[in-house]
Amino acid sequence: MKFIIAIIKPFKLDEVREALGAIGVAGMTVSEVKGFGRQKGQTEIYRGAEYSTNMLPKVKIEVAAPDDLAAKIVETIQQVASTEAIGDGKIFVLDLASAVRIRTGESGDTAL
Amino acid sequence: MMNRKLLCGAGAMIASLCVASAAWAQAAAPIKAPDAAAMAGMVNKGDTSWMLISSALVLMMSIPGLALFYGGLVRSKNMLSVCMQVFMIVSVAGLLWCCVGYSIAFTSGGENHFFGGLSKAFLKGVDGTTLGATFSNNVYIPELSFVVFQMTFAMITPALIVGAFAERVKFSGLIVFVVLWSILVYYPMAHMVWYWAGPDFLADAPTDYGLLWGWGALDFAGGTVVHINAGIAGLVGCLMLGKRTGYPKEPMPPHSLVMTMIGASLLWVGWFGFNAGSNLEANGVTAVAFINTMVATCAAAVSWSLIEQFHHGKASMLGAATGAVAGLVAITPAAGYGAPMTSIVLGFVVSPICYIFVTQVKIKLGYDDTLDVFGVHCIGGIVGAIATGIVASPALGGQGVFDYTKFPAAFDASTYSIGTQVVTQIKAVLLTLVWSGVVSAILYFVIGKTIGLRPTVEDENQGLDITSHGERAYNY
Repeated sequence: MKFIIAIIKPFKLDEVREALGAIGVAGMTVSEVKGFGRQKGQTEIYRGAEYSTNMLPKVKIEVAAPDDLAAKIVETIQQVASTEAIGDGKIFVLDLASAVRIRTGESGDTAL
Repeated sequence: MMNRKLLCGAGAMIASLCVASAAWAQAAAPIKAPDAAAMAGMVNKGDTSWMLISSALVLMMSIPGLALFYGGLVRSKNMLSVCMQVFMIVSVAGLLWCCVGYSIAFTSGGENHFFGGLSKAFLKGVDGTTLGATFSNNVYIPELSFVVFQMTFAMITPALIVGAFAERVKFSGLIVFVVLWSILVYYPMAHMVWYWAGPDFLADAPTDYGLLWGWGALDFAGGTVVHINAGIAGLVGCLMLGKRTGYPKEPMPPHSLVMTMIGASLLWVGWFGFNAGSNLEANGVTAVAFINTMVATCAAAVSWSLIEQFHHGKASMLGAATGAVAGLVAITPAAGYGAPMTSIVLGFVVSPICYIFVTQVKIKLGYDDTLDVFGVHCIGGIVGAIATGIVASPALGGQGVFDYTKFPAAFDASTYSIGTQVVTQIKAVLLTLVWSGVVSAILYFVIGKTIGLRPTVEDENQGLDITSHGERAYNY
């Protein structure tokens, strides 16, 4: 099993969710996060007082998937979330040791 | 001179106020110094309605208008502290106005032209039958409508000050300051600018007026009394309280410019009561004040946005709202004197001047006027007060001034001199700056040494909502 973490631009969330649904992803966890990478921040001006915000809002998607689906998920997110500009985000893939469905106690791939 | 003022009819025991209307007064020759019985026939239902509506509009400027305008600009941890300060100042100032304020501001001081007496303290002798003068011979309004209209001005003026030291003031010290400041600064200023014997009585009592009114200073709705007065008190306050902890190193961005936009818009709407209501009647001059208030504000909002567009490449919502308020402030003393097109010019001129103070002068000099009370209200008020001397000129389409020492009041456009009037306006501005600045400094010093005006640094860091009021603005 793999655990996939994708940091994407917030306005790409709906597209990514639809695309992942279409390839058979049954669930995901989404959170609003802040961070920076090459894009750095942006400048805000309030009555002449300039603040450079070095953290930008992003959306973090977490998906647990069987090994055979993981590569397809990564490829889909990369294609759908890309605007070909800096700040599009990153995808991280981790090995997942185990998974348990709380309602039934099932574990492994069947729990996903 | 067409300043505002009151005058009371004697405490008349007249059964009905609305027997006769203005038509009756116009048909007959004007009555000099009418007695209570005659005055009772000089009240118009339209005027009375307009004054009561205007009073409610001005209250709306303070709450929620000013509270939201200011509240949106502070950090979320201080939102409720600003709302509560404004709300409680409004409430306390209303009580104080009934106790002594109205009497000090609007009764005769005899040969003392600085403040009135206590003959109407606790509204003694003021009831549903007593009347107040307007700017027209033989036109009166119920005195209580004048009391409550002026009350709303006494409420918003001290509330304006809190923006200068928002996010770092101790609640108890602030309220004590407001009580003393109202008595020692606001009521005397209101008396000096707006008290006079009234158009039917001045001819017989030619020195029965406040100091600045006697000088001939023009202030239609409160450029000196409200905006310069509060603005300089704010500047002195932010200097004496010191900067916010972390200013200017830490970012302190506004927490909700949506609130600020809503607040500025409510101020704009309420300001029609403030400016057009200041005519004390519902007539042509009221319409002049109304449209001037509208268009000067439009011009100032556009002007501020254009400056930002050129300076930063982006016109901001906060800039447009700030410009609108600067325009409202500037047109306040001129509202009933100027013409629509000169008011537009005034609106275009005030924004760049306030912009320089808010974005350049404040940063260069390093004072922490949190919400730019000085930069917008004091500077905008000064621009407006001086410009009033220009736009009031009949040669520029202005309303000019009436000579109330004659009965009935005389009007001669040819006697108006822009130069003389501007000098008078500047003298009025200087007196306001000195009176309010000096007395405010003394009050801040004394209260700072006794009750205290600053919360602890820990309380300030945690936010005044929790540490002063025990609540949070947003629970999510």
